Amino acid sequence: MASEVEETPLPGVGVRYSFVASSGARVSVLHHHSGRHQVFVGEPDDPDSARLAVELDDDDSRVLAELLGASRVVREIDRLQQSVAGLAIEWMRVRGGDPAAGRTIGELGVRSSTGVTVVAAMRSGEALPVPGPDFAIEPGDTLVVMGRPDAIRRANELLRG
Amino acid sequence: MDTATLLVELGGVLLVLAVAARAALKLGLSPIPLYLLIGLALGQGGLYPLVTAEGFILPAAEIGVVLLLLLLGLEYTPQELASGLRTGWRLSLLDLLANFTPGLVAGLLLGWGAIASIVLGGVTYVSSSGIAAKLIDDQGWFANRETPLVLSLLVAEDLVMAVYLPLVGALLAGGGVLAVGGSVAVALAVAGTTLAVAMRYGETISASLFSPSGEVLLLSILGLALLIAGLAERLHISAGVGAFLVGIALSGPVQERAHGLLQPLRDLFAASFFVLFGLSVDPRNIPPVLLIAAVLAAVTAVTKVAAVWWGARRAGLGPRARWRAGSVLVARGEFSIVIAEIGVAAGIEHRLGALATAYVLLLAVAGPVMARLAARTAR
Repeated sequence: MASEVEETPLPGVGVRYSFVASSGARVSVLHHHSGRHQVFVGEPDDPDSARLAVELDDDDSRVLAELLGASRVVREIDRLQQSVAGLAIEWMRVRGGDPAAGRTIGELGVRSSTGVTVVAAMRSGEALPVPGPDFAIEPGDTLVVMGRPDAIRRANELLRG
Repeated sequence: MDTATLLVELGGVLLVLAVAARAALKLGLSPIPLYLLIGLALGQGGLYPLVTAEGFILPAAEIGVVLLLLLLGLEYTPQELASGLRTGWRLSLLDLLANFTPGLVAGLLLGWGAIASIVLGGVTYVSSSGIAAKLIDDQGWFANRETPLVLSLLVAEDLVMAVYLPLVGALLAGGGVLAVGGSVAVALAVAGTTLAVAMRYGETISASLFSPSGEVLLLSILGLALLIAGLAERLHISAGVGAFLVGIALSGPVQERAHGLLQPLRDLFAASFFVLFGLSVDPRNIPPVLLIAAVLAAVTAVTKVAAVWWGARRAGLGPRARWRAGSVLVARGEFSIVIAEIGVAAGIEHRLGALATAYVLLLAVAGPVMARLAARTAR
């Protein structure tokens, strides 16, 4: 878990945000008034100094934010179990020894026995939307299931034991 | 004056300046010392005495000072100025005492008058914020822990200038202690009121000035700055301070756009200002003051580093950060020349121009070299 973000106004230059990453490195992002963005990483041998890692313009920084943000959004959804009108979405990763490993969604009777719908499956980084009953679950797959909170609990027992 | 000659000379001067700026860029130095040298070479007693271009360069230089300080004011918001003053006043005071005193004492030892000595104190006091900001950027030091301290010290120096310039203006205008005191009081009141108004109504003023058209915006801001600068000069507050206050008062989108619009103008007119200052100095007067300038440069390089070292140590920074912070502020540049020019224009001391030129030439080059050495020892 990263430490708190520290905000330092640099008069005449811009605003600098720094935090200490869990690896121990001090990461700073400087937004210049002129629209430049710079990312710095602290020098390990001198705690007062930092090395410029990359300089970005507005478009670059948006791309970088999206690249970093994508995985973060996934985790945020996971954590929140975002409830929409009584419905919850849950991400379930199936491991080697789990009851669901090696079986199809149809065999398991996911929908009939628990009441959830498998809305997507993630395999090696790719999303397969709405997998059918003959979709065979492999260890390492992540299933995105949707349903009422109690149904999600039953699905978790069925799929992961 | 013959138009053809004016254009040819002016074009020639600008091309020479362009070559100098290019060389400075390549060497990673500030172009200011080179502009001064070009001015020296083109003035009376120089390599190629220029006569006609002075007709343009003289008013251009006046505008140059206004633009230099207007853009400096644009860099800061009133809030940044206030917080800079609150956090670092101890270091700022030490910086003032440690770097103003050598110039003042040197002037008095040379047998100069009180006002000329006070002007020389100003020359040795103020660091070049242009050179410092460029050095920090070039070295990639923006995320360093000493950088906020360096920048807020520069802010404080600029604020001191806002008091110092009217003081010198009032002293030069003469009169008794009462008259000078009155002028300074007026200056302080105007500066204080402007700051308060800027903090309160800066956004309203800026919003009423704003226009999506760059042309309209450029003309409004430049017009306002020159008008206020002229009025300030009339009140003996100094044109530069008036422009500085206008810059501070502007904020938000006007501030951001104005910066981009005015920067090329500033570069042109400020270059004219440095050339003019060089022109006003007879190069034959430099060798006699060179030794004094070198001693003064050495002393004030040490006092600047020492003052900043103390402040950085107090702020809990390590030795390498203290050394970096000190060395980046050693360079004196544009504002030392602005101060010296006021004294030169008033004709209070004939050696002032030559001494200030030699002094700035030395430190504008030595400062960046020291900062680069500090970067190397850090590795």
